[in-house]
Amino acid sequence: MNKKVLLIEDEPNIIEAISFILSRDGWDVKTHANGHDAMDAVRHRAADLIILDVMLPGRSGFDILKDIRADGTLSDTPVLMLTARGQDKDREMAERVGANRFMTKPFSNADVLEAVRSLVAT
Amino acid sequence: MTDSTIIGTRIREKRMSMGIRQTELAKAAEISPSYLNLIEHNRRRIGGRTLLKLADALEVEPTLLSEGAEATLISALHEAAGAQKEHQAELDRTEEFAGRFPGWAQLVASLHQRVESVERSLQSLTDRMAHDPHLAASLHEVISTVTAIRSTASILVDTREIEPEWQHRFYRNIGEDSRRLAEGAQALVRYLEAGPNGDAEFLSPQDEVHTVLNEAGYSFAAIEEAADPLAAVERVEEGLSGKLESDASRRMLHMVLKQYASDAGHVSLLSLRTALAAEGLEPDALARRLGVGLPLLFRRLATLPEDEVGPIGLIVCDNSGSLLFRKSIDGFGTPSVAGACALWPVFHVMRQPGAPLKVHLRQAGRVNVGVLAMAAAEQVTPPTFDQPALTQGYMLLLPERDGDAIPSAEVGITCRICPREDCAVRREPSIMSQVF
Repeated sequence: MNKKVLLIEDEPNIIEAISFILSRDGWDVKTHANGHDAMDAVRHRAADLIILDVMLPGRSGFDILKDIRADGTLSDTPVLMLTARGQDKDREMAERVGANRFMTKPFSNADVLEAVRSLVAT
Repeated sequence: MTDSTIIGTRIREKRMSMGIRQTELAKAAEISPSYLNLIEHNRRRIGGRTLLKLADALEVEPTLLSEGAEATLISALHEAAGAQKEHQAELDRTEEFAGRFPGWAQLVASLHQRVESVERSLQSLTDRMAHDPHLAASLHEVISTVTAIRSTASILVDTREIEPEWQHRFYRNIGEDSRRLAEGAQALVRYLEAGPNGDAEFLSPQDEVHTVLNEAGYSFAAIEEAADPLAAVERVEEGLSGKLESDASRRMLHMVLKQYASDAGHVSLLSLRTALAAEGLEPDALARRLGVGLPLLFRRLATLPEDEVGPIGLIVCDNSGSLLFRKSIDGFGTPSVAGACALWPVFHVMRQPGAPLKVHLRQAGRVNVGVLAMAAAEQVTPPTFDQPALTQGYMLLLPERDGDAIPSAEVGITCRICPREDCAVRREPSIMSQVF
């Protein structure tokens, strides 16, 4: 059975492109496009890996990640964070709230594939 | 030798150049020759009546002796020296430098002020780049679009067998995104080009507003004379907006003028003049007669032309001690950036808003020129259970006058250039302490 990845990102064409390359790589990709009810999606999908954008409408990716880490059943899920700002501050913040990997936009498809493969043994 | 004692030397020089003997001058000034001798040798500080009599006898303006005109320059030189300590400017000879090379001294002072204001605007530009939400949003949009294009393009290039419908979809996405990228890039360029005019003076919004107010003499006839003062505000703003560079300063001016109009609605120029004719420049009596609070009266008084009532200064601060408004008069300096002396009565009244203060003030280092300060506080927001009342402090400044039997106090301008020793409220060492 394919591993499940949940992509939380608000940019439709990024969603489409990442979904495409991950599906081709054998992942079962689910997507969610806003911050408000992202936690519902996280609970509902029970994914093996979450790709989480920092800047989301409604709620920041950092806050969502804090909730994930505080949730008993979800807290071990690996999380790859995406941000448009490569500043050290954001990287530190991501590490502090418990991100497993941190990637700066614009990333290459190869980077994304390498990151998700390393986070979940397939 | 310090700024405050050199006055004796001036008196001596002036007297000798006029060929007057010490005893003659002493007699004219109604003091003993030995006392004059002490003054001339900078052993006694003088001020007030004695200074006026000496100046009269020497046929000079009192300020020429009391270094009123030079005091600002000397403070500015001290500030400049303090800002660049590595050069070890000869602080003990500041006065001599200012006296012997007034042009050069003025140049040093102006250069320092220019550096300070450029540094400040650099800081605000940096802040603007780092914290500007519009800029951040535009950049985010551009980066997101670039990310989508990069990812999509590499799918099209790298995927060997791609279904035609996917291929079609990705081409369409790239087309869309490149249009968005172009728009985003244009918006960024427009935004960055619309920044402050590069030729303009670098001024903080506060400075810009104060420059405009100062040019207008803190008085706006168009508002005073309007049937509806609030409606006149807009016209005045339109007239002045060309002189303001930033939105921030325009908004600050708007607040000042709105307050002005509201005050003028409460106390018209005519009723203020009538009350002044009856009571003289006595804020207590004026406020009672006009049925308004002291802060409002202070604001109205500060709009009167100097040739009508003499110089009237006004300082307004908020709970944080930031100066919101400053119209100064001779003999009372205010800091150019921030960090006013904590001894100013305007800060005391903030703690006891119900008890206004009236006190003679002398600023340390300017012993010979004093001012009469009256401070009162005003609640600007009502107290609620969520937030205590916010208060603003007001301090009216008038030239010192005889006959007011009120306490007097020595205060500073700002710690950095203040010579007060053993000061309990000192925040940072003074660059003047090296002198003493």
